[in-house]
Amino acid sequence: MNEIILQIDGRKVQAKEGMTVLQAAQSIGINIPTLCHHEKLESYGACRICIVEAETGGRTRLIAACVYPVEENMAVRTRSEKVDKTRKVLLEELLAHAPDSVPLQALAQEYGADKDRFEKEPSFCVLCGLCVRYCAEVKKINAIGFSDRGAKREISFIPEIASGNCWDCKECFPLCPTSYLQAAYVLIEALMR
Amino acid sequence: MFEDKVDEIIDQYQSDPSALIQILLAIQREYRWVSKEAIDKVSKKLDVPLNRIHHIVTFYKAFSLIPKGRHEIHVCTGTACHVRGAPRLLDSVQDLIGIKPGETDLDLKFTLETVGCVGCCALGPVMVIDGEYHGKMAPAQSEAVLKNYA
Amino acid sequence: MSRINSPADLENFRKEILSKKDPEKACIAVCTGTGCLALGAANVVAALKKEINKQGLEAKVDIKVDVRETGCPGFCERGPVLVIYPEEICYLQVQPGDAEEIISETIRAKKVIDRLLYVDPATDKKSVRESDIPFYKNQMRLLIGNNIKLDPKSIEDYVAVGGYSALAKALCQSTPEGIVELVKESKLRGRGGAGFPAGKKWEFARNSPGEIKYVVVNADEGDPGAFMDRALLEGNPHSVLEGLTIGAYAIGAHEGYIYVRQEYPLAVENVTIAIRRAEEHGFLGKNILGSGFDFTVKVHRGAGAFVCGEETALLMSLEGKAGEPRARPPYPAVKGLRDKPTNINNVETWANVPLIVNKGAGFLNSIGTEKSKGTKIFSLVGKVKNTGLVEVPMGITLRNIIYDVGGGVPGGKKFKAVQTGGPSGGCIPEEHLDIGVDFDELAKVGAIMGSGGMIVMDEDTCMVDVAKYFLNFLTEESCGKCTPCREGIRQMLKILTNISRGQGKEGDIKLLENLAETTRDASLCALGGSAPNPVLSTIRYFRDEYDAHIRDKKCPAYVCKELIAFYIDPAKCKACMICLRKCPAEAITGGKNQIHVIDQDKCTNCGTCFEVCPSRFSAVRRISGEPVPNAIPEEARTLVRESK
Repeated sequence: MNEIILQIDGRKVQAKEGMTVLQAAQSIGINIPTLCHHEKLESYGACRICIVEAETGGRTRLIAACVYPVEENMAVRTRSEKVDKTRKVLLEELLAHAPDSVPLQALAQEYGADKDRFEKEPSFCVLCGLCVRYCAEVKKINAIGFSDRGAKREISFIPEIASGNCWDCKECFPLCPTSYLQAAYVLIEALMR
Repeated sequence: MFEDKVDEIIDQYQSDPSALIQILLAIQREYRWVSKEAIDKVSKKLDVPLNRIHHIVTFYKAFSLIPKGRHEIHVCTGTACHVRGAPRLLDSVQDLIGIKPGETDLDLKFTLETVGCVGCCALGPVMVIDGEYHGKMAPAQSEAVLKNYA
Repeated sequence: MSRINSPADLENFRKEILSKKDPEKACIAVCTGTGCLALGAANVVAALKKEINKQGLEAKVDIKVDVRETGCPGFCERGPVLVIYPEEICYLQVQPGDAEEIISETIRAKKVIDRLLYVDPATDKKSVRESDIPFYKNQMRLLIGNNIKLDPKSIEDYVAVGGYSALAKALCQSTPEGIVELVKESKLRGRGGAGFPAGKKWEFARNSPGEIKYVVVNADEGDPGAFMDRALLEGNPHSVLEGLTIGAYAIGAHEGYIYVRQEYPLAVENVTIAIRRAEEHGFLGKNILGSGFDFTVKVHRGAGAFVCGEETALLMSLEGKAGEPRARPPYPAVKGLRDKPTNINNVETWANVPLIVNKGAGFLNSIGTEKSKGTKIFSLVGKVKNTGLVEVPMGITLRNIIYDVGGGVPGGKKFKAVQTGGPSGGCIPEEHLDIGVDFDELAKVGAIMGSGGMIVMDEDTCMVDVAKYFLNFLTEESCGKCTPCREGIRQMLKILTNISRGQGKEGDIKLLENLAETTRDASLCALGGSAPNPVLSTIRYFRDEYDAHIRDKKCPAYVCKELIAFYIDPAKCKACMICLRKCPAEAITGGKNQIHVIDQDKCTNCGTCFEVCPSRFSAVRRISGEPVPNAIPEEARTLVRESK
C-alpha cells in the first residue's frame, strides 16, 4: 500500500492508499460529524453531513468525507463558512422529519440550524439506512429494506422475515439516530399484519 | 398454470440474479402485476433477498404490486407535451374514467399512468393506450378515443 | 447467409447486395419510426402494398417498386413522411387514401403530386426533394441522414450504404491503441450531457488493470423532450453496434450491454434484431471478420427510472439492483460493472465512432467550434413550427436552429425562452439566442447541452410553472438516497408550489437560492448536482415573473390556475352558445339571445371557453392579478342584436 500525504485543516497527514478522508481525519483526532456512517458497514455517502471542502488539482469543491478516497497533495478543510452553511441546511432539512432526534439537535446547536425553518413532516426516519445496511451486511438477515424512491423513499420490514428474527435481535434499534421510534413502529406494524 | 409461467420466465434467463429486473419485467408483462407469490418464487430460485426485490418493484415505475387494468393508459407529461397542454389532457382523462395517475378502476378496465416522455414530442400532447400512440390529443378528443377500448 | 470472415468477404457481400439492386427500380421509403407510426404510417404502408398488388405492378417488368419501412428522418411534425427514390420526391402528411394516387401518378406516370409536397409558409414555394425543404437544408445530417435510406431490420441495407467498413478497418488495419488515439484526436466529446472527452474516457478504461472489461451503450434517454437516441437506435441500430464493437476492441472488452428504456419498445425490438443479424453475419461473436477479436452484446431494458441515465445508477441497474448512484471515485473506468473496468457512452457518441474511423479524426475536427467538434442531434420541440429531430454542426446559433430550421414560433406568438438539457438544464432567453451551440457556451448562460432536448417556449409559457414542472419531475425521479437531493428538491418544490398558488412570500427567492446551492454542491450524483438549474436559470432571466406571482398574485402567462380567472365581456358576447355547451364544469349560464356569464364559484379555470370562443367575437378574457368584474345583472342580459 502506498503512502499518501495530504493536508487536513492545515495539518500534514500520512494516510494509506484507499483510505477515506474521514478515516485520515480520525487518524489524527479531527472529528467530522456523520450520521449514516458506521465503521462496521460499507461507506454509503447518503446523509452528506460529513461534507468537507477539498482542494484537488486546483479545484475546490465539497466532497463527502466518508466515501472520498485520499489523494496525494489534497488539502481538506473540515470547517469553513461554506461547509458550515451546507451542514446547517442539511440539518434543517432532516429536522423537518425528526425534530426530536437527540444527535440532530446536538448538531443543530453546533451549526446554528433552525429546526423550525421548514414545515414539519414528522416521519422520524432520516433514511440514513443504518438499520437496513446493518441487517444486510452484519446480520445477513435482510429483514428490513428500502422501498420506493425520491421523496417517497422509506424503510419497511419484510413481515415474514421480521416475525421470525427481529424480536430476538433488535440490534439495529440503538443504531438509529432518531431513537428507534420509527423502527419499532414499523416493526410492530409489520408483525401485526 | 401460474407456477409454470413464472418458472418458464426464470428459466429463460438461466436463473441469473443479474437478470432480476429483466425477469420481473417479463412477469409484469405476462400478468400485468407482480404478485407476492411471484416475488417469493423469484427470491427463492434466484437466491436474492426479498428486501432487494421489494426495493426494485417499488423503485422502478414499470412494476405494479396490484393488478393493472386491461387497458393501460399512459399520458405523456414530458416537457414538450407539458407546454402543449398535457396537464389539461390528463385532467380530462381523469374526469372521464374517474381515477388518478397510478390507480386502476374497480372493474380492472383502465389503469392510468403518467410517463416522463415517450419520445413523440412532435406530436404532443400524446397519450399511449396499450402501446398504441395517440398524438396531438386535444382534451375534448379523449372521450372519443377512450370509447374504443372495452 | 454465410458468415463474413474477412474484410474481403465484406466487400464481396456489399457488391453482391448492390448488384441485386436495380437502379431503375423505384423505392417508396416510408418512415415507420414511433412518431410516424403514431400518425398512422403502418396504414400507409399497408395501403401502398395493397395498391401495388391491385395495379399488378409486382409482375410488371417495366415498372418495379419496393416499399421500405425506415427509421425516422426527423420531420415528425409533418408525418407520416415518405420519400420516393431514385427521384427523392418527398411527400408529407401522407394518408392511406393517397396510396392509389401515389402509385398511379408518381410511380407509373412519373408525375409529382403537388398537394403532398412541402409548402414554405413564408414564400408559398413548393419543395419536391427532401434536401430542398428548409427544415433539412439547414442541417448537417451525418448521423441521422441514413435513417430514411435503410430498413433498420435489414443488415443488407446497412452494408449497402457502407456499413461495417469502419469495423473492418479498425479490426484489421489498426491497433486498439491506434483507435483510442484516433478518437482522442477527433476531440469527440460524450453526447450524453456532460461532454467528457470520449477518447480520454476510453484511455482510462483501456489502461485500467484487469482481464475482464465491459462497454455499455447508455440508451436510457429519460430527459423529457428528448428522443435523439430513440431515433438512432430505432432507425439505424447497426451504426450504434458498429461503434460499440470498435470501442470494445479499442478498450479490450469482450462483452457489451445496451441499456435501453422499456418505454421505447420499437428501439428494443430493432436493436435486438440488429444484434441477431450481426451475429449471423459474424460482425459480432467469435473471431469477428477473421481478426481474432471476440465480442458479444446483450440488451438490458430499463424499468422506468430517470436516474438510471446516471452512469453509476445504470451499472447498479445492470447488476439487477435498484438504480441508486454510488460515489465516484472510483470511476466506472476503474471499478464499474461487477467491479470491472467499464466504459459507458451515450448512443449518439457510439454512433459517431464509425464516422471517425471511416473519415478520419480530421473530418470530425473540421466541423464545429474549438472545443466542441462534429454535429449534435437535437430534438426541437415545444412551441416551434417544425418540430422534429435536427442534426446541426456544433457552433450554429440557437437562433439558426429555432428560426431557420425550426421555422420559428407558430401562431404569431412571441418567443420567450428555449430550454436545453432537460431537468438538468436551463431556460435561455431571447437576449442569448445568438450564442453558438456548444458545451461551454451553453454552460456560460446557465444551461447545459445535455443530451439534446431543446424545448421552445412562447409567451403562453409561465416560467414559474416550468421550474415547478421540472422539480416535480425530479422529486419523483430522484432515487432518494442522499439528503440534499431528496430533501432539497422537496423543499424547493413546496416553495414553488406556494408561489404558483399565490401564497409566495418575500424572501422565497432567497430561500430557493439557498436550497439550490446546497443541493447543487452537496448531492451525491449529477442528478442532484444539476437539479437546481431549471430554478436558478428561470430566476436569473425571468425574475419579474417570480415577482409578479409573489407580489401581485399574478401569472403573466395565464398558466397558474389558482391565479387566473375567466370572464365573458358582456359587450362582446354574441350568445352563440359554444362556450356554454363546451364548458366541462357547466359553469356558464345563458341561452339563446342571453349574454353568457361564468359562475366563478363553479369555474375550474380550465380555459376551454377562452379557446372555443370564436375569434371574431373574442369575448372571453383572461384575468390575473386583478379582481374579476361583477357579472352583469340578469335583467341586462338579453342581447340586443344590431339590425343589418
